[in-house]
Amino acid sequence: MRRIAFSLAAPVGAFVLTVIISTIALWIFGSDPFEAYGDMLGHARKLETQVDILNRATPFYLSAVAAAIGFRMNLFNIGVEGQYLIAFLIAAQVGGLISLPTVLHILIIMIVAMITGALYAGIAGVLKTTRGVNEVVSTIMLNAIAVGGLIAWLQREWQAPLGEQFSSSDLGTNPIDDSGLMPTINGLLEIFTREVGQGKELTGMLLIAVLVGIGYHVLLNRTRFGFDLRASGINPFAARAGGVPPKRMVVAAMMLSGAVAGLIGIVELADRGKFPPDPIQGLGFAGIAVALLGRNHPGGMVFSALLFAFLDVSSGVLDTTGVASREIATIMQGIVLLTAVVAYGVASRVKERDEARTAAEALAAGASTSTETVGASA
Amino acid sequence: MAPAIELEGITKRFPGVVANDNVNLVVERGEIHAICGENGAGKSTLMKILYGMQPPDEGTMRVNGQVVDFSSPIDAIDKGIGMVHQHFMLADQLTVLENVILGAEPTHGGGRINFAEAENHLRSVADDYGLKIDVHEMVETLEVGERQRVEIIKVLYRGAEILILDEPTAVLVPQEVEALFENMRELRANGATILFIDHKLDEVLEIADSITVLRHGKTVATLPNEGVTAHELAELMVGSELPTPATAESTVTDTVALAIRDLTVHEDGRVALESVSLSIHKGEILGIAGVEGNGQGELVDAIIGTGDIRNGSIELHGEDITRWDVRARREAGIGYVPEDRHHEGLLLTSPLWENAALGHQTEAPYGSRWFIDRAGARKQTEAIREAFDVRTPSIDVSAHALSGGNQQKLIIGRELTANPSLLVAAHPTRGIDVGAQAAVWDQMRQARADGLATLLISADLDELIGLSDTIVVMLRGRLVARLSPDDVTPRDLGAYMTGAALQDMTTDGSAA
Repeated sequence: MRRIAFSLAAPVGAFVLTVIISTIALWIFGSDPFEAYGDMLGHARKLETQVDILNRATPFYLSAVAAAIGFRMNLFNIGVEGQYLIAFLIAAQVGGLISLPTVLHILIIMIVAMITGALYAGIAGVLKTTRGVNEVVSTIMLNAIAVGGLIAWLQREWQAPLGEQFSSSDLGTNPIDDSGLMPTINGLLEIFTREVGQGKELTGMLLIAVLVGIGYHVLLNRTRFGFDLRASGINPFAARAGGVPPKRMVVAAMMLSGAVAGLIGIVELADRGKFPPDPIQGLGFAGIAVALLGRNHPGGMVFSALLFAFLDVSSGVLDTTGVASREIATIMQGIVLLTAVVAYGVASRVKERDEARTAAEALAAGASTSTETVGASA
Repeated sequence: MAPAIELEGITKRFPGVVANDNVNLVVERGEIHAICGENGAGKSTLMKILYGMQPPDEGTMRVNGQVVDFSSPIDAIDKGIGMVHQHFMLADQLTVLENVILGAEPTHGGGRINFAEAENHLRSVADDYGLKIDVHEMVETLEVGERQRVEIIKVLYRGAEILILDEPTAVLVPQEVEALFENMRELRANGATILFIDHKLDEVLEIADSITVLRHGKTVATLPNEGVTAHELAELMVGSELPTPATAESTVTDTVALAIRDLTVHEDGRVALESVSLSIHKGEILGIAGVEGNGQGELVDAIIGTGDIRNGSIELHGEDITRWDVRARREAGIGYVPEDRHHEGLLLTSPLWENAALGHQTEAPYGSRWFIDRAGARKQTEAIREAFDVRTPSIDVSAHALSGGNQQKLIIGRELTANPSLLVAAHPTRGIDVGAQAAVWDQMRQARADGLATLLISADLDELIGLSDTIVVMLRGRLVARLSPDDVTPRDLGAYMTGAALQDMTTDGSAA
């Protein structure tokens, strides 16, 4: 009971504080805060919006898990961004070159993406263990190399043949056959609700994200690898004395983080069928925020991914109603992150003290009887 | 004349603990007053209150008859109280003079430091109290005892007449303790009042004029140092009969468990351990004596597999493990009780059962090749809790919630229940109370009787002499003496530890 209260107090507190601050911000800029919230919530009650939110939350969640794997052992993988983009491009190219039966085709594409992400992240891991390069520095640089260098160059190299007439829809890598595209799961959703309109389609990667979340939970809490990973994060010296090989863990954690990052791009790949000239960027950085807000917890990150997706998607309605600027969503994302970090810090300190006190109390109750018996026998 | 310090009914509570419970203390002017008590008896808290670092919840303090209410150490210094902490706070790269005046520099005006005036003042303070020091020496070149003297002078320089010394002898070898006591007597002769914390009773009896004993946060007694024996004091501290570390008859066998030959280990690029050879038999406790930083830590690192071994070999039960990694060594039966349990021993924010699994997560009952066996680990932790008397409300609380003694019992428990064939125990009873200490000693003796080979490193010379079957002394990365605990005193050990006495060591240390 106490534990649940403690784990909920911080995020709830952070959320309340965020609403208060954003209300003030909206009010200062002359918008009616409650009308704005009303519009956003009302919009989000539509099934089509909810599909959009889930489609947005899926890459957020994958990205958050990727970041969280590093965070759990105090590795700051800032490079999820570069890792997913490069994995996206290479998986799209490989997928466009081969044709296979559907499930196999999809699997190959995903595996290629994961391997690419893992290898690209592994560079930072190897640099850290062999040369002592801080992973924050190396992953940021690898991001720049991926986005500004490799992708820009490979995009040109791998441009699909253009038709007689220039059409911007021809830009991008070779289109992948339908057999290689993760199907949408509207059918699954419609079992529970009505038919989804407006041509909205729920991404099948949602199911993969769920599997990744379960896998992340099992890995961390049930496997030896997860134990070693958490131990290294909490106290690397104790972990090393306990037989955890520190260097191998750094490389393994980075590669695993990169492998999950590789899946992020598949969400867009399933939708567009190729690596487009203008892929969605910034998902890697968003994942860091989502992981922080969700405390690297497999369940917590579900909520934070949904919250971020909700703010992203439902803020769009503000443009049409004109009640407030849609940037309020970005502001709220920022505020919730800041308040959450503070709230978690406070909560963990309170919890620590509470735990020490209850332990001391429980023992004091038992100790008073035992000292008496010692006194009696002496 | 009013006493220098008078405390009346001082009470200080921390969450779940009463650190000081209605403490009364009177320190007369010009006396050396010792505060004795076990770890956790509330000595340090009391000193912190007296020095203004923490406010008391209840009670009054009088300094020279005047009621005071400190909100920070600055107030305490103002009233002539100075404190010398156990861990020195000196800048290595500055001279003695610069360190002493740091934060209280006399200036010419305009911010330029008046070194001439500072030096005059320092010399007059040092002369007044009969303390000898070279004011232009770099602090980094000073011995521990000299650094302590600098700390004392620093406090006197700021006008303190009442000195609080927090376990001043803990960091000193016996010869340095003598010098410190000489200084303390000089200080007293020149009018200073000294309040010091110590739990080495022979030292207290040697130097103190009066002694106050604390137990469980309460003042048990204040006695003049006349006719009281160490044994009586100890009983006041503990409140019951005393445990002793002495081992029973020898259980040493002829089977060699660990054989180290010509081991050379580097640390940060310098030689920390040079051509060390030793062996430990089954059923033997080999004690390593030495002033901290003379290679003991590197020896431990080399054995558990984190050291930078440059030369030599380590054999465990006849198998060469020199190049094995930590995990392989732990699986081969090396148990490890680290010197600093918070640094290398525990995952403080993790539950106890995960802490019990740490280091043994690859083996039953904690885990297997791929998975952690939660049920098995929990069951084993319950067993450790039972057998090693780890006092905790449950095995799900985080390790940081336990007291130091219980954390240590958990560590000893997890290592011993894993059936090691070699135990590397560095300061196994450091910073824990007498009850837990006795329990740890018992467990180590029991394991020894069951054939465990133990490498014991300890700064507590009584513990070392009491538990060990053989004692070797380390000095500057070498073994310099091999002694039998039956006919060695802490004084003798101290002489070897500082290099004052030398023994002819053959290259093969295992010969004896």
